[in-house]
Amino acid sequence: MSMDVAIDVHGLTKSFDGKRVVNNLTLQVSRGEIFGFLGPNGSGKTTSIRMLCGLLIPDAGSGRCLDYDVIRETAQIKREIGYMTQRFSLYEDLSVRENLDFVARIYGVPNRAKVVAAALERLGLAHRRDQLAGTLSGGWKQRLALAATTLHNPKLLLLDEPTAGVDPKARRDFWLAIHQLAAEGITVLVSTHYMDEAERCHRLAYLSYGQILTQGTPSEVAAGSGLATWIVTGTALMQLAETLQGLPGVAQVVPFGGALHVSGSDTAQLDAALEPFQSRSDLSWTRAEPSLEDVFIQLVSAAGERAA
Amino acid sequence: MKRFSLSRFFWSRFIAVALKEFIQMRRDRLTFAMMVGIPLMQLGLFGFAINTDPKHLPTAVINTDQSEFSRTFLASLKNSGYFDLVRVTESEAEANQLIASGAVQFVVNIPLGFSRDLLRAQHPTILVEADASDPSATSNAIAALNELARSALSHDLKGSASVAAGGANAIDLIIHRRYNPEGITQYNIVPGLMGVILTMTMIMMTGLAMTRERERGTMEHLLAMPVNPLEVMLGKIMPYIFVGYIQVLLTLLISTQVFHVPIQGSLWLLLVCVLLFIAANLSVGMLFSTIARNQMQAMQMTFFFFLPSMLLSGFMFPFRGMPVWAQHLGEVLPLTHFLRLVRGILLKGNGLMQTLPHLWPLLLFMLVVIAIGLKRFKRTLD
Ligand SMILES: Nc1ncnc2c1ncn2[C@@H]1O[C@H](COP(=O)(O)OP(=O)(O)O)[C@@H](O)[C@H]1O
Ligand SMILES: [Mg+2]
Repeated sequence: MSMDVAIDVHGLTKSFDGKRVVNNLTLQVSRGEIFGFLGPNGSGKTTSIRMLCGLLIPDAGSGRCLDYDVIRETAQIKREIGYMTQRFSLYEDLSVRENLDFVARIYGVPNRAKVVAAALERLGLAHRRDQLAGTLSGGWKQRLALAATTLHNPKLLLLDEPTAGVDPKARRDFWLAIHQLAAEGITVLVSTHYMDEAERCHRLAYLSYGQILTQGTPSEVAAGSGLATWIVTGTALMQLAETLQGLPGVAQVVPFGGALHVSGSDTAQLDAALEPFQSRSDLSWTRAEPSLEDVFIQLVSAAGERAA
Repeated sequence: MKRFSLSRFFWSRFIAVALKEFIQMRRDRLTFAMMVGIPLMQLGLFGFAINTDPKHLPTAVINTDQSEFSRTFLASLKNSGYFDLVRVTESEAEANQLIASGAVQFVVNIPLGFSRDLLRAQHPTILVEADASDPSATSNAIAALNELARSALSHDLKGSASVAAGGANAIDLIIHRRYNPEGITQYNIVPGLMGVILTMTMIMMTGLAMTRERERGTMEHLLAMPVNPLEVMLGKIMPYIFVGYIQVLLTLLISTQVFHVPIQGSLWLLLVCVLLFIAANLSVGMLFSTIARNQMQAMQMTFFFFLPSMLLSGFMFPFRGMPVWAQHLGEVLPLTHFLRLVRGILLKGNGLMQTLPHLWPLLLFMLVVIAIGLKRFKRTLD
């Protein structure tokens, strides 16, 4: 396999108590790329990531992570990846510096004291170095966890919902940090259930009920959905939404701020259905690229219909 | 599964885990207080409250010989501290009733003609009935009695009848009691407590150490890092060896200063044996923590192991008094061997040669338990 591929797995499957939580996961992530792993809660993101780093043994499937076998060579994988768990998993009764020191020792990081001090400085944690990790706020815990995950210069970062429950400013800073790391050549696989974060990834996969529904670059995903979207602004939009909802060719009507996104997978049918409303003077219509959010909502409802 | 190998970073990782545990232990005030509090509490309870050298035992006296000699004998009974003369009667029936109901522990029967026989050097008999349903409760008092019989009257008899008595025991003492194979004394219990304390605290602390990681969610991060089970286990055991020694020194200090337990043998030999015993218990704790799903279960397992250790090791009951199957079970337990070691060294002054037969079972036990623990240690979250 090529040296440009960081993750290359096929058919990874995992069941808990007879319930299939990840089904036939096939995934390629290139080196240096920020790969988004999207999906609602319970869709199997965490389980998938745990299989990638050797924390769970897949029931079926195979593959390689950083050119090591995901089933047999987990010890080597662990040395070269950084895994940031969804739940804060550093020691709350250790101080910030003690936590980093512990991690650095475990990885056998050379010049430990210097590296830890530099990490504290870089992440703006220096003035909190002696604070117990348990007393940090959510955003600071996130930063600390990221620092701990990157101390040993991993080649691949697996970040499991790093921005969940973090305020918007901290979220933006966090994504900035991820992009900086990627610029240094580190591959980042980041899971999230915030759909707006999809646009910040180079490539992404959308997971639902343990199944990848789509993957590609954001524009590929949008184009691949075959979705046509109109944006409507005007008055009495909620009544309009109700009227449009049941029309043939209208797959979904979703309010976005002061506008409605009306989408359908058959352009002609959608246009025909909307024709009578487009002449109304109190409404203004524009054709638009479907947003990723439109695409995901469409995918999930389509998958739901198929399952039903 | 891969073999465990001592990699280049073994020491770094081992130290990482050990240091981390030290820091966490220091921050956990309650646990630390418990480490010191448990020895103090147990020594207090067993050393003072649960007194197996009971004194002031209620005693009834049947005295049909109202003489100077019998009064002297009774006075010395009282002065020994073991006997409280709660009832002096002439009725044998009443005395029997008292001992049967448990109102008195002893009945001392001084027969008619006691002083006359004494003066004629005819070795009068004093019959002592002991309620030995709790043998350890009476054994010391009985021992004191024997001594009294020898010495109590010697002063009174001096000059008058001592020649006639011929220097031998002036009185024949007949004691009715049950046989007690190993008289339990504080000397026996206090050193044994060292083992009991270590068993309880060492297993519990390590049992909790790992399950705590699981409950707090830190296990996931630990497992995702390149640290192997041996490094984690040894790293976690290390700080508790230190704690174990603090407990040992505390126990020794109290034993010798408060309870005046002698140290006949080598203190250094004892400290070496202690190391092995602590490590054996810590490995049991590690094993439990690989099985227990949460801290509650770890606690339960600790008690599951602790109870037979208390009961079958010879701490609570004389080892040779137990049924054979119980003795076999007891031979497996580390506490059994440690009790023999610590009593042997402290009380009998045993040296290395005499301790070896009890050292290797400890070592074997520990190696087996560590092996099982390593095998059971899960490297995944499955
Ligand atoms: N260890 C486990 N035992 C049983 N069920 C589990 C376990 N881990 C996850 N699950 C279940 O698997 C599903 C997917 O979980 P998860 O991978 O955590 O999803 P996500 O990270 O996308 O929220 C959920 O329904 C969850 O309840
Ligand atoms: Mg998750």
